[in-house]
Amino acid sequence: MSLLSINVLDIRHGLLQAVREVTFAVDQGETVALIGANGAGKTTLLRAIAGAHRASRGQIHLDGLDVTSMPPYQRVARGIALVPEGRRLFAAMTVEENLQLARASGRQGDWNVDRVMDTFPMLKARRKARCGTLSGGEQQATAIGRALMTNPRVLLLDEVSLGLSPLAVDLVYKSVESLIASGATILLVEQDLKRALKVANRVICMLEGRIVIEGDAKTLTREQITDAYFGHYQKRSQTEKAP
Amino acid sequence: MSFLSAVIDGVLLGGYYAMVACGLSFMFGIMKIINLAHGSLAILAAFMLWMIAEKLGYDPFLALIVVVPAMACLGWLLQRAVLERSARSGELVPILSTFGLAIVMENSLFEYFGADTRSLAPYVGSLSYDSFEIGGGLYVGELAVLTFAVAILLLGGLQLFLTYTPLGCAIRATAEDPDTVELVGVNSRFVNAVAAAIALVTVGLAGLFLGLRSSFDPYVGSMQLIFAFEAAVIGGAGSLWGTLAGGVVLGIAQTFGAHVHPQGFLLAGHGVFLLVLVARQYFSGHYLRAFLKSKLG
Repeated sequence: MSLLSINVLDIRHGLLQAVREVTFAVDQGETVALIGANGAGKTTLLRAIAGAHRASRGQIHLDGLDVTSMPPYQRVARGIALVPEGRRLFAAMTVEENLQLARASGRQGDWNVDRVMDTFPMLKARRKARCGTLSGGEQQATAIGRALMTNPRVLLLDEVSLGLSPLAVDLVYKSVESLIASGATILLVEQDLKRALKVANRVICMLEGRIVIEGDAKTLTREQITDAYFGHYQKRSQTEKAP
Repeated sequence: MSFLSAVIDGVLLGGYYAMVACGLSFMFGIMKIINLAHGSLAILAAFMLWMIAEKLGYDPFLALIVVVPAMACLGWLLQRAVLERSARSGELVPILSTFGLAIVMENSLFEYFGADTRSLAPYVGSLSYDSFEIGGGLYVGELAVLTFAVAILLLGGLQLFLTYTPLGCAIRATAEDPDTVELVGVNSRFVNAVAAAIALVTVGLAGLFLGLRSSFDPYVGSMQLIFAFEAAVIGGAGSLWGTLAGGVVLGIAQTFGAHVHPQGFLLAGHGVFLLVLVARQYFSGHYLRAFLKSKLG
């Protein structure tokens, strides 16, 4: 049984249908990259899995348990943690307070402040600093650390490289790779295709709220992914199907 | 000497205003709700304490054992039944709903207790009028000193609670970003209900000291609300120690105003409130202009 499964999920923003009939699954220990152009519905989908958006149709199951109607904090308690786009740290609180808050509210497990500091060494010197004073890379590391402190079974990473310097992205991804190596289950939304393909086992490409291509990151060709990303794949498929 | 005496009286009066404003400021800081029923809730607490003292013969301080938990429960219910629902409909709706609640409470209290003024002072011996010398021929009231000390303890206790406890941390995080806090596992509905309960506990204490230092009737809540509002705004709404500073500024202004003219008590208080508002506007505009000038040349 898959750890996380999404079944025929629809999500609406008012009149706009942001996600349409999305179905996929993520296995234990797998890293899945969700890619697609702006407005494809990736962030909306990730937020719906975390409970921040309500699904208008379909189900979300975590290890067989239907979590579709659960509020976000209950999903965290069951092992779904989101690192939101833009980090969304509590700026007036220190790095340590942000981490401890998540630990107090999340699942019981091995993650603690020291382990986060070991995973993200750049935070060691900034432990007592207010999050509003951190650099972009430090903020992203804190945001991932905060999610890890809830001891998640599935970690949802939304655009972790967005707005960071190349050096900071390298540092953050180095830590993400160490998490993957330790067996974490990750669903990753990323605009940077190269990085997404490097870390993921599987790739799901979305376009206008639908999944247009899904496959093994090692076997899909760059052309297939690029075509799907820009909508050519879908159009080509439709053309090929046409009599 | 009269100047120093006025300053001391003003500072001690500020402690009382800080206590009255504490719950208002706390609720605004956490839930971004301006509770216009705040003053009426303090009067309700005062009436509850009076009932226990009058009917059962217990000291009002002892009666807090019953009234404080009752106010906490009321805060929880208020949040779940009124504030939470009205906050979903925009910023103005909670103001209107608490305004309506204040009217309902005032008239219900009037219906039950009538228009007679009451006081808690007769139930605490000589505390409300005894004073002691602090040297140089200066005297301070025992009740005023006790009120100030309790205000400091209350604000300090709240500050420690918010800084060092997991629940306090969750309250601060909820105040900063109620949507994101759920994504780290915090039940923001529960946290807001706890915050409302805490705010009403402070209202219960304010009701005790209101009843000890003056007489009250069902309709004096609005005046208490105005003083609390002024103290909270002067000190910066949402800031606990700012509320104390605001209370002290208001208290000193009122005390000096009363020395100048009998009507000066209220006028000076409102005057300093307006002065702070205007000064704040001016300085924010001044710095904005300086910033734009430096950027645009």
